[in-house]
Order: sequence, then C-alpha cells, then structure tokens
Amino acid sequence: MVAKLTTSERQSAAVILLLVALAGIAMAAAGRNEAMGVHGLIVILFAGALLYPVLSAFYAPEPTEDRQASYYDEPIKVGIALAMGWAIFGMFMGVWVAAQLAWPNLHFDGAWSTFGRLRPTHTTGVIFGFGGNALIATSFHVVQRTSRARLAGQVSPWFVLFGYNLFCVLAVTGYILGVTQSKEYAEPEWYADLWLVVVWVTYFLLYIATIARRKEPHIYVANWYFMAFILVVAILHIVNNLALPISWGSAKSYTIWPGVQDAMVQWWYGHNAVAFFLTAGFLGMLYYYLPIRAGRPIFSYRLSILSFWGITFFYMWAGSHHLHYTALPHWVQTLGMTFSVMLLVPSWASAGNALLTLNGAWHQVRDDATLRFMMAAAVFYGISTFEGSFLAIRPVNALSHYTDWTVGHVHAGALGWVALISFGSIYTLVPALWKRERMYSPALIEWHFWLAIAGTLVYIFAMWNSGILQGLMWRTYTEEGTLAYSFLDSLVAMYPYYIARTIGGAMFLLGTAIGCCNIWMTIRLVPATVPEEADLPVKDAVVAGE
Amino acid sequence: MDFDHDTLVAFSKSWGLFYLMGFFICVIIYAFWPSNRKRFTRAKTSILSGEDKPWR
Repeated sequence: MVAKLTTSERQSAAVILLLVALAGIAMAAAGRNEAMGVHGLIVILFAGALLYPVLSAFYAPEPTEDRQASYYDEPIKVGIALAMGWAIFGMFMGVWVAAQLAWPNLHFDGAWSTFGRLRPTHTTGVIFGFGGNALIATSFHVVQRTSRARLAGQVSPWFVLFGYNLFCVLAVTGYILGVTQSKEYAEPEWYADLWLVVVWVTYFLLYIATIARRKEPHIYVANWYFMAFILVVAILHIVNNLALPISWGSAKSYTIWPGVQDAMVQWWYGHNAVAFFLTAGFLGMLYYYLPIRAGRPIFSYRLSILSFWGITFFYMWAGSHHLHYTALPHWVQTLGMTFSVMLLVPSWASAGNALLTLNGAWHQVRDDATLRFMMAAAVFYGISTFEGSFLAIRPVNALSHYTDWTVGHVHAGALGWVALISFGSIYTLVPALWKRERMYSPALIEWHFWLAIAGTLVYIFAMWNSGILQGLMWRTYTEEGTLAYSFLDSLVAMYPYYIARTIGGAMFLLGTAIGCCNIWMTIRLVPATVPEEADLPVKDAVVAGE
Repeated sequence: MDFDHDTLVAFSKSWGLFYLMGFFICVIIYAFWPSNRKRFTRAKTSILSGEDKPWR
C-alpha cells in the first residue's frame, strides 16, 4: 500500500496521522478518566497502528510505474474487507440484542451490556459499519469505471476510508461506555460528529474531483445516486448534530434545537438517512452492478433519471411521518404523509426498472445466485417501499407506531434490500478486483442466498405478527372503557415472536459468515485471470458473470 | 413586514408547490428530449464494454 505512494505523499500521510494522534492526546488529557479520555486513547492507538506501516515503508523506493494508467483499487479492497468485518460484528450484536428481548438474562448483569447500550452498536455496526464501508468501496469502484479515470487522490481515499472507520469505532465504543446523544442513528457525540464532517467533506471533494477529470463525457446515472448520497448525508449530519458540549473535556453536549423543532430536525435527518444513506447509494450499486452482472443495459435510462429526481425531491419532505399525533403542527404531519405516499412512484420506478432489465435473462437469475441476490433485493425494495408509504398514512400509523411492525419494516428494507444488493455487488466485485476467474464456490453463494432469504422472511413475518398483535392489544377497550390488556400482557404475547426473530437473524448472520469464508477462499485459492501487467493485445470484452 | 410562522406556511403552500411542479416539468423535458435519446443509449451500454483501464 504505502510503497505505491511517492515520498511527498508518504509525508502527508505521516503528518495527517501525527495530527490525529495529537488530537487523541488532547482528548485523553482533557477527558481524563471520563469516556472522552478513553476515546482519546483509542484515537492515539488507531493513528499509531496506521503510522507504523507508513513509517516502516517510508524510505522504500518510489513507485516507477505510471499510476494514471490503472485504476486505484487498493482502498476498494480494504473497504470490502472492512464492510464484511463490520457485517459480522453488527449482525452478531443484532442477534444478541434480539436474544436479550426473549431471554433478558443474556445481559449478564453488566451495565455495558444492557439492551439500551448494545442496541445502537447493532444499528451503527450494520448501517454505518457494513453499509457505509460497502458504499465507500463501491462508490470508489463505480466512479472510476464510469468516468474512465483514476481516483483524484492518492492519500485522500485512504483518509476517507480509515477516517470513516475511526468514526465508527468511536461511535460503537462510546455506546458501550454510555456515551450517546440519544438521537436515533445520530448517537455519537460532538467530537466524533466533528471528525465525521472533516472526513465526509473530503469524501465529497474527492468524488467531485474524480468526476471532474472524467474521460467519459456523460456522467452515468449511478454517479448521480452516489453524489446525492454523499452531499445530502453531509447536510443532514451537520444540521442534526449542531450541539454545544458542556465543556471541552466532556463527552456530553446539548443540541441547539429546542423541543418539537429538535424532534422535526431529528426525523428529517432520520428519514433522509434511510433515503440517502440506505437508498440512494445502494440504488447507485443497483444501477451499475445489476447491468454488469446480467450483461445487459438498464431497461430504461430515462426512467432512471426520472426516478432519481423524484426520490431526491420527495424524500426531503417525508420525515415528519415519524411524528404523527405529536405536538408537531398537523399540516406538517400531513405534508410528510402526502410526500411519503407520492414516494411510491419513483421507488417502484427503480424497482421495476431493475426487474425489467432482467426480463429475458431469467435463466441467468435461476443459474447465478449473485444475480439472484440483486433480483431479490429489487423485489424487497419494491415491497418495503410500498409498506413504508402505507405505514406513513396517519390512521395506519396509529396502529403500527411504537410496535414491532416498524422494526419488521426496517428489516425488510435493511436485510432484504440493503444487505442483499450489497452482497450481490460484492460477489460481482471481488473476482473483478482481485483479478480472479470466479468466486471460490458458487454452492456457498447459494447457501448464503437461501439463508439470507429464509432469515429475512422468518424475521419480518415474526415482526408483522407481533407488531400487529401489539398494536391491537394496546387499543382494545373493555365495555367499561378501560384498556383490556396491560402492557405486561402484550409483552408476554410477544415471547414466541421474539424467539423466531432471533432465529431469523441468526440465519442471516450465518449466511454472512459463509460469504466471508467464500471471499477469503476466493482471494487465497482461486487462480488469477491473467498474469498482472502481461503484455497482451486487447481482446474482445468478455462479460463477467458466466 | 412580519416574517413569522404564517409567512413561511403561506410561502410553502404556494410557491413550494410551484417550484416542485416546475422542476418536475424540467426533468421530464430533459429525460424525453428526442436528441438526448442517443446519449442515454450510449451511456447505458458503455458501462458494459468490459475494459478495465482508464482512458488516456
């Protein structure tokens, strides 16, 4: 890695890491024995661990080859590995907290291991750890291939990747220490948030600079989705995390937004995190890797443009559907509800576009589990966006809100759409990146596929049952006008569904573990396609996938 | 003039609608403009070329 950098690039890498280490020392000094002091130590260790390879290769000979003649794939490879590592961690934590709901003793009497602290390690681990790393890696891949240009930086891709993972580490360790802003999907405290701003702005500039030096005049639609993802997440993150720490040495801060405005800003953030983190970026993957794997162009390019702008403009207004029947003005709730229902149009346009692309290639879907991952992802995308529009309608929300139905809906999207499209993309990407003929074992991909599908279905059917049951029990009145069931009654009724949910999640985790093994074996054992840098004439293109 | 909650509501209920509709029409025109068809067809097929080197 470091040997491919020039001396001045090695110097900048070392300077950046020293500055990060200095910031860690300042945090450790200011935070003392509090959580922030521990985080200071983690920052120092993180910077030190990266400084070691930089310094040990510091005087190695400079690269001689023309780097502009090849794509910059090393950060992508590391990003894929990090994504799969976070997937295992995040999904394991998910199974653990799911099991805690069925068997509460599984927190083993620790303060750090209570449900409230472990649950955000699951959400952050899977959304930001797994999803975020997969997005960064695939966006680096897609922007280079569709622009026909190398990434516009040598050190900055590494800065983005490792800086982002430092943020994830600070977030997850913080929850275990009890550090939280108590804002869903925005739990990390002010110093981690400030660090993410630096990393994310670098990411955006790197992406724009790469687009700017493109050799292909047209900007392929996948790049629009990735750019919307990067830009909007920056805006959301900054606005929602405006907060004042109680002192420079404390991890505690208070948001600048008061009361109901805070709630609105939080759910404007929260729903757009679903829209632009968990949807736009992954649609970028869909619009690139699905045509590549199927070997046929997207069904309608026009439709992809229409649905891009539809999603971008509609989603911005939908967040208030999280606050039905609250102190939020009624017209704002109605606005959110209306836009949520309208969202069905661009969402189904994308799902339909993906499925129609496969029309005529169903034999490939049948034979190739990787393509089937992406097909199933498009189906789940269609299902969960329909469900989302439906749940956003105020009277439906009266039944579903605060119940497990919401949890089921989120997982239909997160497992069925986000994770499946990521696995499909990663299985397409790994042989191409490591220049292998194919994945190590198609049978293991089949196992992964069916475990993932079965686990997702078990999970969402359990949550549909328990959610609707909860909602109905909470609104059943006796003839005297009192509630028919206590909260405890509804909790006892959940018991079998919580067990089923744990089993579904464990199946999904097992599939992911099989995927990790398969990727590892591919890199280790599968023969390379051509000797690297072989001096061969350019042959006719062979489409990946068969 | 008072710039308060009602001002914002009035603005978003009137102009908010118009600019969204206007934007929607612009996107439709761009997507369906006949001479763009060739560019879109080239864009969606060009990613399938299979070459794996930056252009010079």
